[in-house]
Amino acid sequence: MAEVVELREAIAELVEDGDCVALEGFTHLIPFAAGHELLRQGRRELELVRMTPDVLYDQMIGVGAARRLVFSYGGNPGVGSLHRFRDAIENSWPRPVEIEEHSHAGMANRYAAGAAGLPFAVMRGYVGTDLMPRTTVAELTCPFTGERLVAVPALTPDVAIVHAQEADREGNVQLWGIPGVQKEAVLAAKRSLVTVERIVEELEPRPSGMVIPTWVIDAVAPAPGGSRPSYSLGITERDNDFYKFWDQVSRDREQFTEWMNEHVLSEVASR
Amino acid sequence: MSVHSRDGTRPKEITPAEVQTIAAARRLAGARTVFIGVGRPSTAAIVARMVHNPQLVLVYESGTIGAKPFHVPLSIGDGELAQTADLIVSVPEMFNYWIGAGRIDVAFLGAAQIDRHANLNSTVIGDYAYPKTRLPGAGGAPEIAASCGEVIVIAPHSSRTFVERLDFCTTVGHGDGPRARERLGFSGAGPTAVITDLGVLEPHPESKELVLTCIHDGVEVEQVREATGWELQVAQQPAITEPPSDEELAALRELINR
Repeated sequence: MAEVVELREAIAELVEDGDCVALEGFTHLIPFAAGHELLRQGRRELELVRMTPDVLYDQMIGVGAARRLVFSYGGNPGVGSLHRFRDAIENSWPRPVEIEEHSHAGMANRYAAGAAGLPFAVMRGYVGTDLMPRTTVAELTCPFTGERLVAVPALTPDVAIVHAQEADREGNVQLWGIPGVQKEAVLAAKRSLVTVERIVEELEPRPSGMVIPTWVIDAVAPAPGGSRPSYSLGITERDNDFYKFWDQVSRDREQFTEWMNEHVLSEVASR
Repeated sequence: MSVHSRDGTRPKEITPAEVQTIAAARRLAGARTVFIGVGRPSTAAIVARMVHNPQLVLVYESGTIGAKPFHVPLSIGDGELAQTADLIVSVPEMFNYWIGAGRIDVAFLGAAQIDRHANLNSTVIGDYAYPKTRLPGAGGAPEIAASCGEVIVIAPHSSRTFVERLDFCTTVGHGDGPRARERLGFSGAGPTAVITDLGVLEPHPESKELVLTCIHDGVEVEQVREATGWELQVAQQPAITEPPSDEELAALRELINR
């Protein structure tokens, strides 16, 4: 059963230095507030997992919280490069980051295998690419048809953190709109935290609504506006201007560091 | 080249980007479904829905199927896509049930580098371990190119993009040439056209090497050769892209200004 707690308490309880952490969200419902709290608490040496490490992971990599990154697309969607991600890989600033990269299909299937409690997932893909020899994927033959397929290992992060629109007081969560790979991430992880826009008396069924029951979640924490500058469909809007603004701020190391200190890392920023 | 704006006043020059976008949109006239990323492909697909194919089903990687955006979205997950979609699916479902199973007719892809067999690089410039430029990576491209009915590549035409040798093969187009896709077990036809701001390249039916089959109005073949990093094959009589019609241009410009 999920405990409904303050975000600060949830992060302190669930995430340790060195953990493998997946803060998921596919353009929608990105758990910015939780990621920022994690940085304020000074978590380091993290193995960060995410299909689309965008601005949030750029920030986490830029302050040096990541030891390793597992991903499939590292860009600022619709804008261009992630400058902190690039600086870490190209110049090891502020520290070297080990990478393991996949395709989206590979990552999605790895989460699905993790959620299913299987050791690997089977799919078509990777063959013929230069990615194949540089990542964790293996060829196998279908025992029924003889078709050549590939296997990708299950992803089972220590902690999954996702954001949703609402939860009830029992900690049952409902999200709607683009669901990404959040349910799979929660089910695949050893521990999980869901931050929510609001706590409601009763979950009201929504079109395209996805319910994650309290008994597969460890903690639920209220975080109104907690996906900004991403969005929570029906509650907040995507701040497209911020994504463009980030392209400027993140280009320069000093400017980035100043911005993070002022807007994310200071105590004032947490309120 | 110019057309009169709708209020009949000052004509405005048609840009190469507009010609490229409209050429891409026209390719969707007979398609049922198209898979698109952000930027020019998204613009082209929305124009196709406005002008050439109102029934066209737009599929975005974020899981929104049948989205009907009024604006060009900045990201593939903008709220408008979710609000207007026929259905919204999870990422595993998108890649396994819809893309992997071959349910999408056409996919638009871009790339930082493309070679003569329409293989694509979106991973690194330089060495993988010590890249000169780290690019975003594969995203959905490898499996999209493997399994969608056909792929249309949209890229700016320059010798930086059209290279003799990819620094990294992220996505297989036609591999090393004839029958490469069959050997790799891909169900889709692979790249059928590369649409640039100068013209259109199509794979030769036998060799699968890209051939310049069409140039945009006002472009010289020599210009295209110079912007290509390998010795470009040119069709005997390259066609000339039909200039954008007033209707196409008006739709595109209205969309951009929304």
